[in-house]
Amino acid sequence: MEKSLNWQEFIITRAIKASGYSAIVFVGLIFFFLLREGLPTLGEVEISSLLSVRWYPIENYFGVLPLITGSLIVTIGAALIAVPFGIGTAVFISEIAPRWAREILKPLVELLGGLPSVVLGFLGILVVSPYLRVFLDLPTGLTAFTGSLLLGGIAVPTVVSVAEDALDAVPRAYREGAWALGATRWQTIWRVTLPAARSGVLTAVMLGVGRAIGETMTVMMVTGNAPVLAIKLGSLFSPVRTMTATIAAEMGEVANGSTHYHVLFFIGMVLFLISLIVNIIASSVVFRAKKRAERILS
Amino acid sequence: MTTKFLARHRHAVQRIGFIAITLMAIATVLPIIGTILFILYKGGAAVSWEFLSGFPHDGMRAGGVFPAIIGTLYLTLGTAVFSVPLGVAAAIYLSEYAKDNQWTRLIRLAIINLAGIPSVVYGLFGLGLFVLFLKFGTSILAASLTLSIMTLPVIISTSEEALRAVPQSFRTVSVSLGATRWQTIRRIVVKEALPGIITGIILGLERAAGETAPILFTGAAFFLPRLPHSPFDATMALPYHLFVISTQVPEMPIQIQYGTALVLLVFVLTLNLSATVIRSRTRAKRQW
Amino acid sequence: MNKILIENLSLQYADGFESLRGVSMGIRKNAVTVLFGPAGGGKSTLLRCLNRLNDLTEVKSYSGRIMIDGENILDPKTDVIALRRKVGMVFARPVPLPMSIRENITYALELAGEKRKSKLDESVERSLKLAAVWDEVKDRLNDPAIALSGGQQQRVCLARVIALQPEVILLDEPTSGLDPISTGKVEAALFELKKEYTIILAPHSIQQAARAADYAAFFLTGELIEYGEGKTIFTAPKEKKTEDYIMGRFG
Repeated sequence: MEKSLNWQEFIITRAIKASGYSAIVFVGLIFFFLLREGLPTLGEVEISSLLSVRWYPIENYFGVLPLITGSLIVTIGAALIAVPFGIGTAVFISEIAPRWAREILKPLVELLGGLPSVVLGFLGILVVSPYLRVFLDLPTGLTAFTGSLLLGGIAVPTVVSVAEDALDAVPRAYREGAWALGATRWQTIWRVTLPAARSGVLTAVMLGVGRAIGETMTVMMVTGNAPVLAIKLGSLFSPVRTMTATIAAEMGEVANGSTHYHVLFFIGMVLFLISLIVNIIASSVVFRAKKRAERILS
Repeated sequence: MTTKFLARHRHAVQRIGFIAITLMAIATVLPIIGTILFILYKGGAAVSWEFLSGFPHDGMRAGGVFPAIIGTLYLTLGTAVFSVPLGVAAAIYLSEYAKDNQWTRLIRLAIINLAGIPSVVYGLFGLGLFVLFLKFGTSILAASLTLSIMTLPVIISTSEEALRAVPQSFRTVSVSLGATRWQTIRRIVVKEALPGIITGIILGLERAAGETAPILFTGAAFFLPRLPHSPFDATMALPYHLFVISTQVPEMPIQIQYGTALVLLVFVLTLNLSATVIRSRTRAKRQW
Repeated sequence: MNKILIENLSLQYADGFESLRGVSMGIRKNAVTVLFGPAGGGKSTLLRCLNRLNDLTEVKSYSGRIMIDGENILDPKTDVIALRRKVGMVFARPVPLPMSIRENITYALELAGEKRKSKLDESVERSLKLAAVWDEVKDRLNDPAIALSGGQQQRVCLARVIALQPEVILLDEPTSGLDPISTGKVEAALFELKKEYTIILAPHSIQQAARAADYAAFFLTGELIEYGEGKTIFTAPKEKKTEDYIMGRFG
């Protein structure tokens, strides 16, 4: 009986180990396929053309700069909203709110994180954008700003939950030490607790920004889809187009294997690399901070 | 100068600061409640039994969303079939077997990366691998596989957290009583971590159910006269349906748009609520 | 009559800390052998070697042999599962498994293949009686074990080990968190148990050591300093270091 148990356990253990490594396999697969369909772009379109400012695929203009600036302006706008509101709400939940409020708020914020992006985009078209058009007296309500507003809302739950976990993990002793020295709770939060949770909060911000960069449906529905170079301040209140929206909007109409097809995959590859780099930076920051903390505490 | 001023009036500063932060939190939370109530109000009128069980007519401008509901159900189930066993097994590996070395760090980095990839890039990947290379075509199979890989990081991280929360002393005691490692994992660790694991699965599937971009080129169709027969058929789906009727169909009755949004919202909220309920009820019954 | 023979055992953990240095001693059958000494002396490490629980930790190197009934249990070919059923352990903090009292006792039995309800019930009653806790729990065997008091939990943990009908019982500071009454009950149970089992105890106080020991071994920073009979070592120790520790001059 023991023998067959051993054999069974051996197989199960092997299967579990293989599952563990599967994540690496998938990342590799994704990268490979993006590369496979995206690299031909470099053979078919000149670099100078790719870096131009006209995106008009029908006439073979594949300048990706407008798309990049579109993504940038919407993401930066979203970050400017999500970071303060996200950290502020996290601080509220973790440090200020009474227990009963915390029990209600945490699930509520998690609920927001679960709302499908298409639903938010839908409300964006029907409610937010007409309202903004009237309120800000714009020719159209479908602008980068609308996108930033909604993206901020989408990124906030991520920032809140990760930051709140980080703040919660700060040992009680830190706060009590500060209070014992005469600091007010407010001072303690900003001078002791938040700095102590610095790496976790930074991770939260990066994850939130990552969420914003990667959002597709909402931006596609509310940012107006005009591939215009967005570098002036006023661009914030006019239509733009993000990289993600471009892929989603045009992939359906593209001929398999055409240049347009390859360029869209190329843009996908760029997005993949951006998120890869952001994640590597974020995890090395956290890793180094953890090492430093271990050295200090040992 | 300012620091001295702030320090001397620190209680006033605290009061103002607390109010500001509280307002911020309210400003974050109010839109959530508002959104849900608003859609409930606007969409409630359109939802009826015919709406839920009927097929669309007249280019989507009338009739029901039944095939979209079924489609979303199929996709969610398909995602579960692939992502749950793989994700939970990977979590067990990370929590119970993995040593603290370079390889494990690489696995964790890979998981973080999978979590950060834009949903539309998953769509491209699904198109490249499942639809074209493996020749599954635009199908429930291709879409489910794509959604599964996207859902994997959520399931792995929540499951790993649930497994790690089980006290180490249980494992030590179990082994000292003559259990093998796998017996310990199966009979004690996974059993105690199960509520947390299930919560994570539900939350992951909730996200998969609401996603549009990954299924755009891998499985979603706008109008199908019949329900899908096999995993190789394409399917309608609620998020995609909502997207198309709110952006591509001219003279689309607003009622039906809100109704569709409501159905999708209720689907998602039900999953979310059940996860929250499971989490809080099992926390109370915990024997450690 | 030696049940266990430890021959020149040395062990070093992965963090470089040398835990045992050249320990050689015999453990007498059907008696209580006490391992005492200040923290870090190697007592817990030695106990964890006896049931190969150290396999779970990062051990850098070890050497020597532990012979139980003539077989070296440190040999890689040893059936570790059978060993752990033969050599049971009770830990410092009571660790009730997240199940009912009854299931705690039957857990290991079911793993060993015992399925007959009658046998299981028999085992449950027998071991809870031997652990001197039967009367307190016999009416609530299906209640979660976590609902019991600390002293009761620890005796259930003892019963859990007894149920497997081991030959050796290891106890690592078993009463360190318990009140004097519970401690007394556990010690009384051990006094009865030694008639059938070989008992090795690492006490948390020197008074407990003196109370319980038939034989005693004094450990200091990984070395065995002195070994002797319980009635002599606490009143007339041979080594100066032993005397200093017993008299409380350090520790």
